[in-house]
Amino acid sequence: MSKKDKVFSVKIRRDYCKGCGLCVEFCKQGVLETSPNLNSMGYYYADPVKPENCIGCMVCTLVCPDLAVEVYSE
Amino acid sequence: MTALKKVFLKGNEAIALAAINAGCHYYFGYPITPQNEIPEYMAKHLPEVGGEFLQAESEIASINMMLGAAATGVRVMTSSSGPGISLMQEGFSYIAGNELPGVVVNMSRQGPGLGGINATQGDYFQAVKGGGHGDYHLIVLAPHTGQELYDLTIKAFELSEKYRCLTMLLGDAVLGQIKEPINPWKPEITAGDPDRDWLITGAKGRQPRLIKSLFLADGEMEKHNWRLQEKYRQMTANDVMVETRFIEDARLVLVAFGSMARIAKTAIDQAREEGMKVGLIRPITLYPFPAASFKNLSESVSRVLTCEMNTGQMVEDVRLSIDSNIPVDFYGRPGGSVPTPEEIFDRLQQAYAEVEQ
Amino acid sequence: MKQVVKRPASLTEKPFHFCPGCHHGIVHRLVAEALDFFNLREKTIGVASVGCSVFLYDYFAVDVIEAPHGRASAVATGTKRVLKDQIVFTYQGDGDLAAIGTAEIIHAANRGENITVIFVNNSIYGMTGGQMAPTTMLGQRSTTTPYGRDYHRDGYPIKMTEMLAALEGPSLVARVAVDKPANVKKARKIIRQAFQMQVEDKGFSFVEVLSACPTNWGMTPQEATKRVSDEMIPYFPLGVLKQKDVVDVL
Repeated sequence: MSKKDKVFSVKIRRDYCKGCGLCVEFCKQGVLETSPNLNSMGYYYADPVKPENCIGCMVCTLVCPDLAVEVYSE
Repeated sequence: MTALKKVFLKGNEAIALAAINAGCHYYFGYPITPQNEIPEYMAKHLPEVGGEFLQAESEIASINMMLGAAATGVRVMTSSSGPGISLMQEGFSYIAGNELPGVVVNMSRQGPGLGGINATQGDYFQAVKGGGHGDYHLIVLAPHTGQELYDLTIKAFELSEKYRCLTMLLGDAVLGQIKEPINPWKPEITAGDPDRDWLITGAKGRQPRLIKSLFLADGEMEKHNWRLQEKYRQMTANDVMVETRFIEDARLVLVAFGSMARIAKTAIDQAREEGMKVGLIRPITLYPFPAASFKNLSESVSRVLTCEMNTGQMVEDVRLSIDSNIPVDFYGRPGGSVPTPEEIFDRLQQAYAEVEQ
Repeated sequence: MKQVVKRPASLTEKPFHFCPGCHHGIVHRLVAEALDFFNLREKTIGVASVGCSVFLYDYFAVDVIEAPHGRASAVATGTKRVLKDQIVFTYQGDGDLAAIGTAEIIHAANRGENITVIFVNNSIYGMTGGQMAPTTMLGQRSTTTPYGRDYHRDGYPIKMTEMLAALEGPSLVARVAVDKPANVKKARKIIRQAFQMQVEDKGFSFVEVLSACPTNWGMTPQEATKRVSDEMIPYFPLGVLKQKDVVDVL
């Protein structure tokens, strides 16, 4: 199965996220948005609102300073 | 212990030989007079035992290299003199906070500033009161002969491992430069701390370890400091070293350490020959200070004379240690001079005249 | 579902204390990934410095020694001279390495100590609250350059990578940035290479990482990241400035 055919999904470790928004900024597929809700540390965490758009480019994991983004593939 | 063949060495060389025979295979240092024979001896002889000599870019680097090596549990040493020791104070404080062992030699020189290279005891306060920032002490040993330089170097490694703290040998140019016959020996090498569960070796098959002195959590810093204080209490209870001479019937007791004690011994012998009841207390551990020797002075003693090659440093500890109201006189000369035995004898005579009145 | 990239085993599970958008977290991850790559976790000693990165020991699952301010490369020298088969790295900020620790880093580099130095340059003192660093840019405002850094008074931002590359001793001297995904990838490669040098006993490796401090720059993480690209990289050019493939043997 080539990378193209793979199905990816993105999860956020909510309590690691500090809402810096770098993943939101760099994801060109619009997978992530900043949530209007706060996590336990009081940050507006990143939220994978369109996980189906993920192409597995891993940009979000590269720029996340807090290892809060996890990408899964089938 | 194993006795070795008698040798004729400078004091500085005796220290270096003792360190190698005590299993110290790592030395980091920076040249400064009057202790250069130590790094030179180490540079020549450490490779013979598979050890490592490194000339650092400064005393600041030397002491921190020592910190990094000490964390692995090996015996390690550095040496310097006044100005270099001042630069090392930062490292001393961190090593105290980190609770690491190690031996440092201060072949002190006259100050303040660049001063001069002759014998002096002007670094007493800096050595025994901590020197760097924070509430800590080093163990400070004050040898007064070549043989004692050798013996106390070995002792210094043992004490530093027993308490996981820096131990300083405090000497001066007289001790470092005089050549004397030495009877070297090799100790049984045992690590002071049987668990040694703090060694930094790489976390193979165990939890990672940490050597640190930063304590920010609530109450952690105070707890750490009380732990250090408990070690100082233990050394005071168990590891004070002092030499006394003729104090049982003495009416006047002279107090001196290091080179000054050597000069004082000659003066005291002369005084005894002339019938004066004079004794000597020679602190060997300057920290922990042998306070008990002063608390338990025999009833015959009615006066104490402290002699130092400075303008009055150890005399403060002597005064703090004496509970009774026995007067404590001081005689000293600052950096730039070394008193003669005759000069000390004259002072003894003056003080003794007061006693007889 | 299978996780594509897992949290490196060389990191603990503890969340970083760094401010939102601070790049220290990225650099920590890249170092941990390099340790994992060569399976070094159990034979590595990290030397923590003073500044925001002092808590290295909370985040790396390796033995750590905390060094006095600026002295990390001297401490690492002492450790490595004893433990020659272990991996020793320092992780230092710009105040630590390029101001108070300048002598120690230059001489460790010049001796070609077989250690790896990760130098995080964010052009400001973070831990103490945003004072001028030796790498603060001309005109940059900090709490001690409230009117901007002026070279008449404060000199110029110091280029450590260029300085060290001029020495004979070092084996790898490079500058990378973590401002965008492509640069993070390059940084990952070079940091890995730096540890490889040490694994292969090739001597001193040094990687300067340009990074952002949004809090003390008074910027959003996005603005701060952009500042690294637009202002820092032009002054601090990226690349491998020195690499020895064959190491001098006495």
